Amino acid sequence: MAPDSLGFIFLNAFLINNFVLALFLGLCPFMGVSGKIKTAAPMGAAVTFVMLVASSCAFGINRLLVRFDIEYLRLIAYIAVIASAVQLVEMTIKKFSPTLFRMLGIFLPLITTNCAILGMALFQTFLEYSFIQSLVYSLGAGAGFSLALILMAGMREKLDLANVPDACMGTAAALMIAGLLSLAFMGFAGLGG
Amino acid sequence: MSTVKLHTSPHLHQPLTVEVIMRHVVYALLPVCAWSVYQFGLSALALLAVCTVVCVGTEHLCCKWMGQASTVNDWSAVITGLLLALVLPPGFPLWMAVVAAVFGIAVGKMFFGGLGANVMNPALVGRAFAQAAFTLPMTTWVPSMAPGRFTTFIPSTLTPPFLVPRSISGWLETVAPDGFTGATPLALMKYEQVSTDPTALMFGTVSGSAGETAGLLILLCGIYLAVRKIMDWRIPIGVLGSAFVLSGIFYWLDAERYPSPWFTLFAGGLMLGAVFMATDMVGSPETKRGTWIYAILIGVLTVVIRLFGGLNEGVMYAILLGNAAAPLISRLTQPRVYGTVKSARKKKVTA
Repeated sequence: MAPDSLGFIFLNAFLINNFVLALFLGLCPFMGVSGKIKTAAPMGAAVTFVMLVASSCAFGINRLLVRFDIEYLRLIAYIAVIASAVQLVEMTIKKFSPTLFRMLGIFLPLITTNCAILGMALFQTFLEYSFIQSLVYSLGAGAGFSLALILMAGMREKLDLANVPDACMGTAAALMIAGLLSLAFMGFAGLGG
Repeated sequence: MSTVKLHTSPHLHQPLTVEVIMRHVVYALLPVCAWSVYQFGLSALALLAVCTVVCVGTEHLCCKWMGQASTVNDWSAVITGLLLALVLPPGFPLWMAVVAAVFGIAVGKMFFGGLGANVMNPALVGRAFAQAAFTLPMTTWVPSMAPGRFTTFIPSTLTPPFLVPRSISGWLETVAPDGFTGATPLALMKYEQVSTDPTALMFGTVSGSAGETAGLLILLCGIYLAVRKIMDWRIPIGVLGSAFVLSGIFYWLDAERYPSPWFTLFAGGLMLGAVFMATDMVGSPETKRGTWIYAILIGVLTVVIRLFGGLNEGVMYAILLGNAAAPLISRLTQPRVYGTVKSARKKKVTA
């Protein structure tokens, strides 16, 4: 597949350079909300939505910044966009599902500082993707994040019933599973190349 | 005087304990090990012995450290050790094999609470770790049936700990004077479009990992396990069937570029993986429908990675990913509770 074809861009962000398991971005919510599938799936959806919004806004903003020759404002501008998108998600979830809002807790507003989203916006700028390519890229990144989160949640739920030694309880076990999952994802290296 | 023994129900029970199951898997693995030693000689024997001893020892030490009774009597560490040795290249340095075995058992299994709690197959965790840490030795292959294999080690086997493996080129010239390209049938197919005779693949006279070459022998051992009802026959059928069908479709589309389905079945580790690794009871889903999905997922991923990935062998990664998806699959395929109309949200019952 050609490296700039839409299919490859999606596959690249989804599996080959999975944001969590290959680039190790966004580990905070990955550890925080992957304990239950019930929270993992909505979290994945929320991050995907924020990524889509951030990606389309970042594309327009970058045009403006380049036009006025003020690229040094890129980081701040992107963070502002992401923060407002997160506000939107937060308000919606709070209104429609207070239970889910409480379950996600601090991790919902923390999407603002999720480096996977900022990373995605910066990558698409540096890779000089067109608008459609950026959207596909962010969709792939969001889908990859959700996949990692849900796979992880499945395994952690299984572990809830296991007799894990004290030293490995909780985050330690989660980090080891994440490492093993990352090892398994190495198999996708070079796919479609 | 005859005595009557009284005990409470159930009066009929199935004497199939974990220990019995694991022992039968070891019996089924022994012919494969024997072939491996016959084919690659002293180095394969050393690899098998070292991996098994280290796996059992690590499990014993972990149990001691966790303050619980040692679980080495259930034979599962022996299986892990044998399988790990069988999927490593025959000339793999022993010290690296020790590292892989310790990692596989400790991080892959014991740190999660031992047998039944591990999320992935420990032998494959060890191999994946070795593949990531020692890429070059993991892709250094030696010729099969080398002369003098029962009296001398492959030079790289006896590398001192923490040193890079000794070069085997001098040794290669003595055992294979007419040239050995250092490629497995899969690599030959992928990079040079050279197919290997399927009969050679079936009878295991090609180069490759220590125990993956003899396809037919592995299949026979698998049939033994399936007949004894120790292994779920759905998994190998699903894995091999889906791999066969998918690679058949590609072969039919472009026979020049893609390998034949028979080649896919018998080349590389697909047979060993489908029969002995994907069937690991811990890492596979509990439901029948889930088992089919799991098996087909592994078969499809294997073919996709082999044909379109950067690597020429994808069985290990496919099985690890299948293991990772297994809890999710069994959750999604819970059968409807008898008597209920449309199941509402169910609680997870099984582990």
